[in-house]
Amino acid sequence: MIYSAKQRVTDSLAGLGRFTLLAKEALASLVTFKVAWRDLLYQVYFIGVKSQAVVLVTGAFTGMVLAAQTYYQFHKVKMDTATLAVVGVSLCDELGPVLTALMVAGRVGAAIAAEIGTMRVTEQIDALRTLATHPVDYLVVPRIAAGHIALPLLTIESICVGIGASYLVSVHLLGIDATYLWVNMLRYTHDVDVVIGLIKAFVYGGLIAVISCYKGLTCRLGAEGVGRATTEAVVYSSITILITNFFLTLVLGKIASLL
Amino acid sequence: MIEARNLKKGFGTQPVLDGVSFRIENGESVAIIGRSGCGKSVLLKHLIGLLQPDAGEVLIDSENIVPMNERQLLRVRRKFGMVFQGSALFDSMTVAENVAFGLRRHEHLTETEIARRVAETLEMVDLPGTETKNPAELSGGMRKRVGLARAIVYEPQIVLYDEPTTGLDPIMSDSIDQLMLRVRDRLKVTTVVVTHDMRTARRVGQRVLMMHDKKIYASGAPDEFFASRDPVVRQFIDGVADPKETPF
Repeated sequence: MIYSAKQRVTDSLAGLGRFTLLAKEALASLVTFKVAWRDLLYQVYFIGVKSQAVVLVTGAFTGMVLAAQTYYQFHKVKMDTATLAVVGVSLCDELGPVLTALMVAGRVGAAIAAEIGTMRVTEQIDALRTLATHPVDYLVVPRIAAGHIALPLLTIESICVGIGASYLVSVHLLGIDATYLWVNMLRYTHDVDVVIGLIKAFVYGGLIAVISCYKGLTCRLGAEGVGRATTEAVVYSSITILITNFFLTLVLGKIASLL
Repeated sequence: MIEARNLKKGFGTQPVLDGVSFRIENGESVAIIGRSGCGKSVLLKHLIGLLQPDAGEVLIDSENIVPMNERQLLRVRRKFGMVFQGSALFDSMTVAENVAFGLRRHEHLTETEIARRVAETLEMVDLPGTETKNPAELSGGMRKRVGLARAIVYEPQIVLYDEPTTGLDPIMSDSIDQLMLRVRDRLKVTTVVVTHDMRTARRVGQRVLMMHDKKIYASGAPDEFFASRDPVVRQFIDGVADPKETPF
């Protein structure tokens, strides 16, 4: 049992080392522009355009629920018109980027890990290498770059739709005065909130791609290996997003307070 | 020129190669044979740097590739084409895109020129007009030929074949054998074939190397090799199972 625990720690550290090396290799490739533009565009389409439906539905319903919950609490202290301000700040700072990233991790992270894992199992990655193509340049870098580009755009969409949906619920369902609602939102939601949300989305986009690619590239051979890699890609991406969000909130919040 | 010097490789506690040494001259055609699981494919992957040995050297044109990292190996791999046992075609691409992959990545050609080279190569492997098909629509033999076309389209100096006839019927195997000979003679490439098909080894190899007990056990010209009286070589050539190894 002691051996098993020791082995598990060693394996985890070795895995972390391999992940760091992959991230380093991808970063070096990214900054030297070894990315193929055609592949990058396809990945932006796959990660960004194809994820819109799920992200928009998530943004809309999160905005509506948030508006309703906030209204029920604020109504007790006669602060109904602050409802949209709370929704705006929450969506821009936290819920927009985090929920968008979690939904994309579920949809895209699983697909990336499954695709690359299957390529590994069927020797397609080895075939790439024999064709003098670095798998990181061809498979990982376009996905990371596309993640960095697509996530902020999806987050903006999600925030806009969320605020729009919560406005409709607040005005037409909960009967809050539209003018005060809107003015209060503009008063308390600042540019810096939007920038914080976009920085977070940028970071999460890269994290989802690199974690999913790593899981695909290192998956065990066989159908079970691909299945496990797919599951782990989603789970690890989601947990990493939530943990990173805490630290980003502290750091970005501190920087914002100094501005 | 390909040279392996005292190659050793193990997976976990299981040794697979234990001091493998040989040399293949430019333009030579060599068949590596041996029982399933004896390490033939592992050896082949060492020659192109897909696997790193635990000890020993692999020299390609007198350059040791063992200490090279993945990026340095890319330059050496341009000399190679490799045909995989399962073809390893990119299933998200059409036949033409598969074949053109190496050209698109490394040679600055126009789309017209790429299309011409792809068509020529597909013609050479007897698959004209299949450019727009997907790998999933192809039979096993066709997939092997597309894999071969992909490996030779950029005219490499060395072509490696990993079990090229495994899983094919005798007629298709014969057709693949003929293709390998055609590629060897037309492109003047160095050919290394890993196989346990005796007919392929006899026809394609100008020299046969037999792996046994994690080493190169026997080597010779096909006529000399297939006339060998060595009991281990004879048992493999004749395909006689050892009764002690019956798994039931």
